[in-house]
Amino acid sequence: MSGLRYIEGVVTLELDRERCIGCGLCVQVCPHGVFVLESGQAVLTARDQCMECGACARNCPAEAIAVEAGEGCVRGIINELLGLEGPCC
Amino acid sequence: MKDIGPRFVLPMAQAVVSKKMEPQLPSLDQAVVVGSLATVVGEVPQINSEILLRDRIGHWRVRWNIGRDRFTVEPGLYALGRPDNQSPVLVTANYKLTFDLLRASLPGRDLWILVLDTKGINVWCAAGKGTFGTVELCDRIEISRLAEVVGHRRLLLPQLGAPGVAAGEIKKHSGFRVTYGPVMAHDLPAFLDDPQALNPVMRRKSFPLSERLVLVPVELVQGLRQVLPLVLLLMLVTAFFAPGSFTEGLLGPGLILLAFALSGLSAGTILTPLLLPWLPGRAFSVNGLWAGLLLLAPLCSYYLPVLGNDWAGRLAIGGLTVTGLALASWYGMNFTGASTYSSRSGVRQEMLRAIPLQAGGVLLGVVGWFVAQWLKRGG
Repeated sequence: MSGLRYIEGVVTLELDRERCIGCGLCVQVCPHGVFVLESGQAVLTARDQCMECGACARNCPAEAIAVEAGEGCVRGIINELLGLEGPCC
Repeated sequence: MKDIGPRFVLPMAQAVVSKKMEPQLPSLDQAVVVGSLATVVGEVPQINSEILLRDRIGHWRVRWNIGRDRFTVEPGLYALGRPDNQSPVLVTANYKLTFDLLRASLPGRDLWILVLDTKGINVWCAAGKGTFGTVELCDRIEISRLAEVVGHRRLLLPQLGAPGVAAGEIKKHSGFRVTYGPVMAHDLPAFLDDPQALNPVMRRKSFPLSERLVLVPVELVQGLRQVLPLVLLLMLVTAFFAPGSFTEGLLGPGLILLAFALSGLSAGTILTPLLLPWLPGRAFSVNGLWAGLLLLAPLCSYYLPVLGNDWAGRLAIGGLTVTGLALASWYGMNFTGASTYSSRSGVRQEMLRAIPLQAGGVLLGVVGWFVAQWLKRGG
């Protein structure tokens, strides 16, 4: 399934390696293998695979991860662009 | 649950306002309930792993977008089989499709299932919205008096619930320790037998053909609901404009218009999901465009002689093709919402680029089509 790759270079995911305590929870919760644990620290090895679900940031006990999380859904973004409150799906 | 204080709130997963908790168990009067289990907190509804015909009919209906928002089970604590106070507690959503998938994957097991009130939405989407979330989970633990039912303090959550749940806060406010299990329910038995069996593959969300296929009907039905009324209107207008009688116009150019519109829609809602890994381009709007070309090219070559290979005929076919491609691209782009790997930043970027082109395409295409009808009438 190497063909299932989305637009590169757009995601907002950031990892602050200074804060990382190496617990590995981000590696566990990420559904796309974006993080790898290397010598007791998380490393972003596949940033472009990130879908901005926010699981890593929400579960990081050290608040070392930041991402503008959200569902990638057309209606939700239209509502957001028009400044409307509305459901995504 | 008490106020959990200031914390990093992701924009899409706002905390649910907490209310006063009255202890409560789900009703025994639900089709899925087969009995009850006496516990210290009362009669807990008992379920099993069997999926009956009426369950399957329900699954089929929601896959076709029928009654999807009413396909729920009551939130709260359920007993699968005969769990005791050391049995694992699995947490899930109150979408019945999710609930059924979970219980069906655990035949012969005795465990507790804690169903969160996700308003009938599946775990992953609900986690994104925050209803499968920290506050609801803490509330549900309290409402269900879970700490009295089980002697341990462990919760097993699906990995895809993680976008809504902060494991650390659950521990802090309820005392329960969250473990994220495999992405897919069918990996649960292996994981329950040996947590070490959880390998990186079980942590990844793939998007195989079978999973893309089951999503097609909902995409198609929703698309038809939006496109058909407009197309029928345009068919009527075409019938007025076209040379010959109203009926001839409706059954001639009118039906051709319908064919192009439905092909564009099908390209976006059926072909794009199915051919996703093989369509060129990363943006779904581009994938949709290619799927549209695949379907519309043969349609063009078939109908060009029918409409006449003159200027008016070419303009008519050109107009319909551009409209069909724009529809294919739009509905292809819509599939980002159902896909498992598109990021919001990416979707926003492609929308800002694609929507002007898609809207312009439909507008130009429809205008071209009617100009062609008018030319034919004059000529």
